Amino acid sequence: MYVAVKGGERAIENAHALLAEDRRGDTGVPELSVVQIREQLRLAVNRVMAEGSLFDPDLAALAIKQARGDLIEAVFLIRAYRTTLPRFGSSRPVDTGAMACSRRISATFKDAPGGQVLGPTFDYTHRLLDFRLAAEGQGLPKPATADPVAGPVPHITSFLNREGLIETDRPGDDLPPDLTREPMELPAARALRLQAITRGDEGFILSLAYSTQRGYGRTHAFVGELRIGTVAVEMDIPELGFAVEIGEVELTECETVNQFTGSKTEPPQFTRGYGLVFGQTERKAIAMSLVDRALRWKELGEDDTGAPAQDEEFVLMHADNVQATGFLEHIKLPHYVDFQAETELVRKLRAEGAARRQEAAE
Amino acid sequence: MTEQAYNFAYLDEQTKRMIRRAILKGVAVPGCQVPFASREMPMPYGWGTGGVQVTAACLTPEDRLKVIDQGADDTTNAVSIRSFFRRTAGVAVTGATADATLIQTRHRIPEHPLTEDQILVYQVPIPEPLRFLEPREPETRKMHSLEEYGLMHVKLYEDIARHGAIATSYDYPVKVEGRYVMDPSPIPKFDNPKLSGCPALQLFGAGREQRIYALPPYTSVVSLDFDDHPFDPGKADHDCDLCGAGDSYLDEVIIDDAGGRMFVCSDTDFCQGRRAAGHIGRLGAPAGAAA
Repeated sequence: MYVAVKGGERAIENAHALLAEDRRGDTGVPELSVVQIREQLRLAVNRVMAEGSLFDPDLAALAIKQARGDLIEAVFLIRAYRTTLPRFGSSRPVDTGAMACSRRISATFKDAPGGQVLGPTFDYTHRLLDFRLAAEGQGLPKPATADPVAGPVPHITSFLNREGLIETDRPGDDLPPDLTREPMELPAARALRLQAITRGDEGFILSLAYSTQRGYGRTHAFVGELRIGTVAVEMDIPELGFAVEIGEVELTECETVNQFTGSKTEPPQFTRGYGLVFGQTERKAIAMSLVDRALRWKELGEDDTGAPAQDEEFVLMHADNVQATGFLEHIKLPHYVDFQAETELVRKLRAEGAARRQEAAE
Repeated sequence: MTEQAYNFAYLDEQTKRMIRRAILKGVAVPGCQVPFASREMPMPYGWGTGGVQVTAACLTPEDRLKVIDQGADDTTNAVSIRSFFRRTAGVAVTGATADATLIQTRHRIPEHPLTEDQILVYQVPIPEPLRFLEPREPETRKMHSLEEYGLMHVKLYEDIARHGAIATSYDYPVKVEGRYVMDPSPIPKFDNPKLSGCPALQLFGAGREQRIYALPPYTSVVSLDFDDHPFDPGKADHDCDLCGAGDSYLDEVIIDDAGGRMFVCSDTDFCQGRRAAGHIGRLGAPAGAAA
């Protein structure tokens, strides 16, 4: 019985000890180091940083180790740590135009200033298991690469802008709300939506984006540009009176260009969807930009087709995997008081039903 | 990071102040759900993060804390939350309802009457009583502000039309001071009468849903019903098999492979207290023997 009348405390301690032992696995196999995870499972680290809303590859790698590779559990560990950190202030907006790009591609133009840079991508690999990786200690082929493209690299969508073919994003100086410090309020501004989506579950955002491609809130998207690289983070220091670079972060930015035939309020032009995610996380960034675009139906005067991806409350309230997994898994906690109440109710309703049938028969 | 690296009761003072503001607002408008910036806690959503944050914001070093889940002090999650506060706040803990100054609960109200010196903190999964009738938050907020509760009465009426009785056995909706319809958290409806006129301050915390609400002491709380179908708290038609109590909420425990069962108080402190006072039920051993 998992709800022993006594001994719950000891059971929990023992379960934790067993968990630690299971985590380590066969002690004949060398232990995995945090540095190894950070360097060799980098995409997992990136996902944990993105959904944990904390850019720290070392802590993310530690979380992955502690979570035994369960990435949602690792995201949870990072979030629980992050929430204890004081908030000093906010950085200046990062300038992705000045990004040192390790990868930068456009699907809308064959070539563009700054060039197409493939970078480290799975895109054109053949998905054949590479058994050489199983035989460890093999030498690596030396890649012929150039250094990251030194910024500034102009955004592809800015070329469309010259003709007025794409909507102009109106820059704003408003400080975006911080969803980790204020309760979510609906309807949400785009800044808040983007914030929720970028830390939302990759699988959920991916599926929503996919649903828009298959016709549930169709907003046919071209990847105008996808770029990955590092940007400097600058913060205004009030005592100094100027901004100081406090570090750099790796980001994936995706801008989609979407067909738009115009509405009552807007002329025919291309519209934008935007995705920005920590680390090399291009699936997430592309999915984010599709979902962002689908959620903009109201401001663009489009029709609400009732598609899930157009439904702000549905998307924002269900994107967070730490919330979702917690509420889902809590049903394994004891519920026997409520179940007992239900049992009594069912018995009562059955007895009353039987009595009525008896009466009718007589 | 060591435990000393965390603030008293885990949360930093700024966060606690934010939560206390929400609590004060909730006390000022009984039964009204107040949004608050719920933090990620080191236990999962659904494990009582809302209750834990409310408790953290209310605890003082002099407090004596009791934590129950399903009425019992020794259920795993109650053990876990109690040990969390013992570690992060160093407060005294107790299993005795009468000795506690702050009680955090999931799914039950203690049988022992509470006093003005106590705070009862509920863990709440879905704070919105109208949520299963209307999934959209802006809509339900509007319904509350307009006191538009017809939908709820229609639901209860349909229950009666279909089943001959209101088919809600826990999480039974209540009306607070004739104004707000409130979700009392998933306590069995047996506990609903204890909500009303309670001398203790009752606070409700929903972490994932980012809501806090409150019942100040001696608030009038009415379970929704109809004149010709009055509210019925209901309970198993048995006495406790250990202590013989006929007026406590009972758990049904299956005791053998043949489906034999016994009924015992879900409130373990209440049951132990009665047995210590010499009450013995059908299957009970005298006090001191293992349960």
